[in-house]
Amino acid sequence: MSEHEEDGARAYDHQLVRRLAAYLAPYRWQVALAVFVTLLQAAVQLMFPWLTKEAIDLGIRHKDLYALDRIALLYLASLLAAFGLGYAQSQIMQGVAQRVMRDLRTTLFRKLQELPASYYDRTPVGRLMTRVTNDVDVLNEMFTSGVDALFGDIFMLIGIIVAMANLNVELLAVTFSVLPLIFLVTMTFRIRVRKVFRDVRSKLARLNAFLNENLTGMTTVQLLGREDRNAGEFRAINAEHRDANLLANTYHAVFFPLLEVVSAIALSLIVWYGGRQVMWTGITLGTLVAFIQYTQRFFRPISDLSEKYGILQQAMASSERIFELLDTPADPAAVRFDEPAPAPPARDGGAERGLRVEFDHVWFAYVGEHWVLKDVSFTLERGEKLALVGATGSGKSTIASLLLRFYTPQRGEIRVDGRPLAGWNAEELRQRIGLVLQDVFLFSGPVEANLRMDDPRLNREQVVAAAREVHADEFVARIPGGYDGELRERGASLSAGEKQLLSFARTLARDPDLLILDEATSSVDTHTEQLIQAGLHRLMKDRSSLVIAHRLSTIQDVDRIVVLHHGEVRDMGTHAELMALSGLYSRLWQLQYLGGRQGARAVARAFAPVVTPTDL
Amino acid sequence: MLRFAVDDLYKGVTAEKLGRYAMMLFGIAIAAGLFKYAMRQFIIAISRRLEYELRNELFEHLQTLDAPWFQSHRTGETMSIATNDLSAVRMMLGPGVMYTVNTIIVSAVSIGFMVSISPRLTFYSLLPLPLVSLSVWWFGDRIHKRFEGVQARFARLSAHVQENLAGMRVVRAFTSERRQAERFAEHNRDYLEQNLDLIRTSGVFQPSLAFFSGLGALLVVWVGGREAVKGHITIGQFVAFTVYLGMLNWPMVALGWVINIFQRGLASYGRIHAILVTPPSIASPGTPAAAAKRDSAQIEFRHLTFTYPGAAEPALHDVSFTVPAGRTVALVGRTGSGKSTVLSLLPRVFDPPPGTVFLDGVDVREWDLDALRARIAPAPQETFLFSATVAENIAYGAHDAAPTAIEAAAKMANLDGDVRGFPDGYETRVGERGITLSGGQRQRAAIARAVLREAPVLLLDDCLSAVDTQTEEAILQGLRGEMRRRTCLLVSHRVSAVREADEILVFDRGRIAERGKHDELLALDGRYAALHRAQQLEEEIEAS
Repeated sequence: MSEHEEDGARAYDHQLVRRLAAYLAPYRWQVALAVFVTLLQAAVQLMFPWLTKEAIDLGIRHKDLYALDRIALLYLASLLAAFGLGYAQSQIMQGVAQRVMRDLRTTLFRKLQELPASYYDRTPVGRLMTRVTNDVDVLNEMFTSGVDALFGDIFMLIGIIVAMANLNVELLAVTFSVLPLIFLVTMTFRIRVRKVFRDVRSKLARLNAFLNENLTGMTTVQLLGREDRNAGEFRAINAEHRDANLLANTYHAVFFPLLEVVSAIALSLIVWYGGRQVMWTGITLGTLVAFIQYTQRFFRPISDLSEKYGILQQAMASSERIFELLDTPADPAAVRFDEPAPAPPARDGGAERGLRVEFDHVWFAYVGEHWVLKDVSFTLERGEKLALVGATGSGKSTIASLLLRFYTPQRGEIRVDGRPLAGWNAEELRQRIGLVLQDVFLFSGPVEANLRMDDPRLNREQVVAAAREVHADEFVARIPGGYDGELRERGASLSAGEKQLLSFARTLARDPDLLILDEATSSVDTHTEQLIQAGLHRLMKDRSSLVIAHRLSTIQDVDRIVVLHHGEVRDMGTHAELMALSGLYSRLWQLQYLGGRQGARAVARAFAPVVTPTDL
Repeated sequence: MLRFAVDDLYKGVTAEKLGRYAMMLFGIAIAAGLFKYAMRQFIIAISRRLEYELRNELFEHLQTLDAPWFQSHRTGETMSIATNDLSAVRMMLGPGVMYTVNTIIVSAVSIGFMVSISPRLTFYSLLPLPLVSLSVWWFGDRIHKRFEGVQARFARLSAHVQENLAGMRVVRAFTSERRQAERFAEHNRDYLEQNLDLIRTSGVFQPSLAFFSGLGALLVVWVGGREAVKGHITIGQFVAFTVYLGMLNWPMVALGWVINIFQRGLASYGRIHAILVTPPSIASPGTPAAAAKRDSAQIEFRHLTFTYPGAAEPALHDVSFTVPAGRTVALVGRTGSGKSTVLSLLPRVFDPPPGTVFLDGVDVREWDLDALRARIAPAPQETFLFSATVAENIAYGAHDAAPTAIEAAAKMANLDGDVRGFPDGYETRVGERGITLSGGQRQRAAIARAVLREAPVLLLDDCLSAVDTQTEEAILQGLRGEMRRRTCLLVSHRVSAVREADEILVFDRGRIAERGKHDELLALDGRYAALHRAQQLEEEIEAS
């Protein structure tokens, strides 16, 4: 590595440290207190050699038992003080560290709520989890075993130098004569170790990537009989990681004993030179003994500081990744945590219900110029039921995503109640929209919590009533514990139809002004479908509804139908009008009528599919 | 050494003698340094090698575990065991052991010297020792428990983040971000509280060790000082004694640290051990049936009723059919009707009940697992590509395939043209740090992979759902020859793909609803016939 790079890296580290330090700001008084306590603690630590010196010089040499008793009492007091200060220091400093970690995690979690949907399209969940959990924990290690010890070490060093200077400046100069040697050894070590640590880290990353990939694709590995080969590959990467670590260890193994040898040189010099001083000049034996003890302690903080270097290196790597995530621009439609939640939509019985939605020449692409929607225009009137029909990839689900402001169209404008979407507070808008997806996501926890979605404005009676209206309460009663029964992760213990009924109930409980049903009934069997139809009917009453469907039978009682094909609006009108047109829609209808259930799938393919990177 | 120097100083000594003492001190330091170097190289290196072995063992064991195990254990959790817990164990075996050895040696040497100077002073200095072991015993246990609590809270926190991220769209659509953040804050607070609880305990532990060892030093200064005053010991002895006692100070601090590391390491080893002792539920039988070395294979399903682990309802009811060697049987039906389940039971991704699934007349459960899977070439609906080159991915199940064979397989899967358009052709990297293939390209890569794997059974699991009709037709034409050479199970939604099969099974909710050849099923005028009509019309629409 060149000098230049080394400098650049150091400047970068400084920047990271400054940003990390900002998280300490709210706790500056505690930190100041901890620093003060550390100072006291270092001072107390320095008492012990001095007391030993006093015991020799005042007590033993003068055969003064009373002085000895006094010194012993002081010694005991110092021990107690050291104990109290040690405890206080760990409580304050680690308490601050833990709270800083909590704050960082909170910031990160909120940031995750603000990232645009497109970010989640690109980034695996596992990697984001690592930021909030493991990376923060690495910082924790730095804060708990690094930073405070660092303060302590530096104070100790200063304190020892002051104490030594007080005792005898000449002897201090003798001790300092080895400093250039220490500097040389430490710098060489730092440069070497920095390089080898980087190597260790990249090897570990490869090891974990390989592990993660093979755990995820384990079935493929096993079916194709790759176990032995993979074990070989894993061994090879693992061995590289081990060897890099062994090299790092060799540096450590050389460095720390070397430091001790240097310290022994200093000690030998003190014995030799100091001994002559005792013989020829006036310094006392006690002074020399104390000096020897100080010299021994002088090298411990230096060795400690070097030991912490590895932890600091890892912490820098982790904070770099954390800040990279925090620097990702937030979605303009993200929730604003620093502002109070918008007031819930007013529910005055007399007013006209529903929202008016206009798509005005909307163009949208997930990537570059691969248009998923081309010049789409339509209007959903207040209280109207509008259906979107078309194949997978024709852009239907994208329309729902745009309406919820998960993505922003490149051209054209979407207006809700006459106001452009960008002018809406996204939270306020989403509060008025109810979304039901084909693939229902449920959270682990009680049924009731899932229905309320943790909304404090809803009570149990309301969600139970909603469940009853969509005929979900019959099967909820069969769940052990009923509404208090626990659901497994993603509702794994429920059938697709049951999950769908729960999603109807949770949407109805919120009483939205606009309902979006995205393929909501395509994954259920006939029996549940009949149940669901009744629920659906109830759900769509008294509000605007946007129904996205493969299955035309589910859209018979809508007011108007928009036929999408390859991202363009092909036809628009009522069922009767479209049938009379004898265009795409009538053929689709014929197809479904002919094919029945099987035909539904045929409709899905009736238009050559366009594959979109993401389907809602 | 110091003792003689100090004693001599007291008595008066020559400069040369002093120089000799200094040299000897230096020599001892060199010897000690060499010893420490050797110890670190020895113990830490061993711990790195043990880490290496344990990680290999863990990985190799994970490779034997079955699909149900992977479904019930989250990848993130397993990863954290293979990383965090493994490193905690390594800390225990390396620095933990090294500092233990260090502590023992330093203590033994110091105490040895102390005894040689003054057994009485040694006795006084070691008087607080029972207190030390008492606090080690008392705190060690409590730290262990609190540490386990910290880890449990941490797992809960992670689970919340994981679910929040996985359900991000629902969270946003329902404007649950604020409540999610509140819930997170609760978990976060719990974790903080538990950590503070741990700190409260460990915060007493370390200073108390220093205090108890300090008490020993106090006794020495006080009682030893009196002895020196009375002349029972020389002043040099007293000084040297305090120096050795000072050396004991560090092992006391290290002791607390070592105990912490051991508590963590043991807890983590428990988690690793739990995986290592999990036997794979799907494995070769003790004495596998002798597998006939044949180029063809016959498949039979006999009254197969199958329920997924943990599911209430069976996924398959009483399914029986036979695929004679070299023939093709096609499975059609709705999503969730059980077609893919049938295919996953043959290579024992999930385990069928005994006596229901047979390859070459032998129950698949009686086969040697590797031999069984070696006879099967699967092309799944969802293709898993590894971060490697395109060529390596195609040759994933046939590692020594020649480049020409890889290209031939890619041509057959209609992928060759696409690959030639990639920046580095077959050497283009895919996956995390490479290019992303489209759904259709991935499926075709899976087909090429299956074709290249020279195995008598071909499983094609709806592996053309993401390609358009023309491409599908082209691929099927290319595959026909392969399908005639092998025994083939084919799942598809399209009549055009299955019409030439020797038998077509129409699945409905886990049962075979209709069966026969294409013409027979059309004559039956049931589900299959309806599907056929629908798809004909579909083609018409597409043409329009």
